[in-house]
Amino acid sequence: MKKYILKRILIAIATLFLITFILFLMEKAMPGSPFNDEKMTHEQVQALYAKYGLDKPVLVQFWNYIKNMMMGDFGVSYSLQVNTPVTQIIAQHFPVSLTIGLLATVVGAICGFVMGIVAALKHNTMIDSLMTGISVLGVSLPNFVVALILSIIFSFQLYLLPAVYSADRPFISIILPIIALSTFTMASAERYARSEMIEIMHSDYIRLADSKGISRRQLVLKHVVRNTLISVITVLAPLMIDLIAGSMVVEKAFAIPGLGTTYISAIQANDYNVVLGITFFYAILFIGIMLFVDILYGIIDPRVRLDKG
Amino acid sequence: MKETILKVKNLAVSYTTYRGKVRSVRGLSFKLKKGETLALVGESGCGKSASVKPIMGEHEANQVIESGEITFTYDGPQGEETVDLLKIDDEKMQQEIKGKQIAMIFQDPMTSLDPTMKIGKQIAEAIKTSSSDLSSEELTDKVRELIDMVGIGHIDTVMNQYPHQLSGGMRQRIVIAIALSSDPSLLICDEPTTALDVTIQARILNLIKKLQRERGLSVIFITHNLGVVANVADRVNVMYAGKIIETGSSEDIFFDPRHPYTWGLLSAVPDVHDNEEKLPTINGTIPDLTKEIVGDAFAPRNPYALEIDFKEEPPMFSVNEHHEAATWLLDERAPKIEMPELLQQRIMRMRGEVYD
Repeated sequence: MKKYILKRILIAIATLFLITFILFLMEKAMPGSPFNDEKMTHEQVQALYAKYGLDKPVLVQFWNYIKNMMMGDFGVSYSLQVNTPVTQIIAQHFPVSLTIGLLATVVGAICGFVMGIVAALKHNTMIDSLMTGISVLGVSLPNFVVALILSIIFSFQLYLLPAVYSADRPFISIILPIIALSTFTMASAERYARSEMIEIMHSDYIRLADSKGISRRQLVLKHVVRNTLISVITVLAPLMIDLIAGSMVVEKAFAIPGLGTTYISAIQANDYNVVLGITFFYAILFIGIMLFVDILYGIIDPRVRLDKG
Repeated sequence: MKETILKVKNLAVSYTTYRGKVRSVRGLSFKLKKGETLALVGESGCGKSASVKPIMGEHEANQVIESGEITFTYDGPQGEETVDLLKIDDEKMQQEIKGKQIAMIFQDPMTSLDPTMKIGKQIAEAIKTSSSDLSSEELTDKVRELIDMVGIGHIDTVMNQYPHQLSGGMRQRIVIAIALSSDPSLLICDEPTTALDVTIQARILNLIKKLQRERGLSVIFITHNLGVVANVADRVNVMYAGKIIETGSSEDIFFDPRHPYTWGLLSAVPDVHDNEEKLPTINGTIPDLTKEIVGDAFAPRNPYALEIDFKEEPPMFSVNEHHEAATWLLDERAPKIEMPELLQQRIMRMRGEVYD
């Protein structure tokens, strides 16, 4: 197990290095500069370039960046929040994104899982078709469209919930974003849970468990649902990352001051360090969650549990 | 005269598919006495499994019971009861019969245990359905007893293991332990050794035989392996295209087979004594059961088919009081046709081996 985790971590480090390098080159190749104040003279801009070391060859810049990164220094923002360390910007904006992303995953997963189980139990009935219909809609509608539809209905027609985020009422104002974000997770979980469960219900071990004469409720809860849950968890992980990282557009739509909004602004402003820092952060998150889920999967499913040691 | 515990009468089961209605079982009748082992033999797709699913109360969405009666006699909570398993309500089936009176052993032990539940727990679950008032120690003791009964050592280790940690033979032993946990009176074995390798097969068969003798179980043994049949069965039903075409005691079927299909099956068993280079096979495949069958279903593949075989279905002709076969060859007007010579020689040899 240790060896396995070590291997995964080494691969992760190599991946992170590659991501950073490619992104670094791409940023430098992009037109524009982080210093766009029209009042500044050419000399002042050059002075800024020199100050941040941006006048050096690209590879030297990269080397310096990596060197600082090793010490935990991800540089400072050039234009968004001038001279604020990138780590501080991430620390500032991430909690909102994390809360929304996690809640959306939990809400979506639970709703989808329950819907999938109901659909499978009522296989080939109206209820099944209804659930399937909802999930097809959920998978095919992009979350920002759902976001817009939700704000039209609940904010502009019914005046029930705020259309934009306000820090004074954080709980009420994240309800719509969470629903908007969770639709895709819900729909995917529903489809997956449904098909898995139908397959499991026809498996030999369910026939055997049924032949023991246990009640249908026990059969479903103890054998079918448990085995379905294991399979659903595996598809949830990538979805969760989608939610944390992919919430950018939804964050923008509801004006939530999360990491996604900051990321988009940073790209628009050529704020090199912020873009690099957030990308790096997302990449670590992605790799970390995947590893975590693999381990979690091992805990739940005895078949993949590796021997101790 | 032993009492009859299971009587299947004129059972017909079809499955609705996109291609049309598949008549898997077309009028099946047989009786099973207490303590008797009955083998259902036939090629894949001849309706062996389809005919026992209704006995187990297994409904599939596309399964249609066209006709029939399955009367089952058992010692229920209110004394001896006789029920029609096709008409009984699901709850009674689940509470009184499944697992308690009728248990089943499945074909593939690799897939028939829940992969995410410990062995001990899976056995305990089966025990609890019939005796729910056991304390946890009594339950554990009963689990240990069952594991011991099926011949597994290191009981404590196995109890806390998951199915994937056991070999196929071990898993089938566990499945047998689960099946026998509530002391059923009827055990259905659906090809219990097909997925196991030969050395393990023999051990599992012996285990089933031993437990059957000790407990006076009635057993329905579904198999396509004639070696297994000879080993375990008292009576043999040879099935073809959803019908029984020959029925008799094991001796009747192995030493005095009358139906050309049974001849074909027996000849197709490899034999080291044969000098023939080629193993005889039955030409063709089973008929399309979505279509109406005229005459004898086996006629198109039967080298001995008479003209009447293509026109009219043969009735069951009696050979002796416990041996019947559905072939026009047994009609007194039929030409005298003997079984293939190869098979005759084999039977002579087998008789010799048995009676020596």
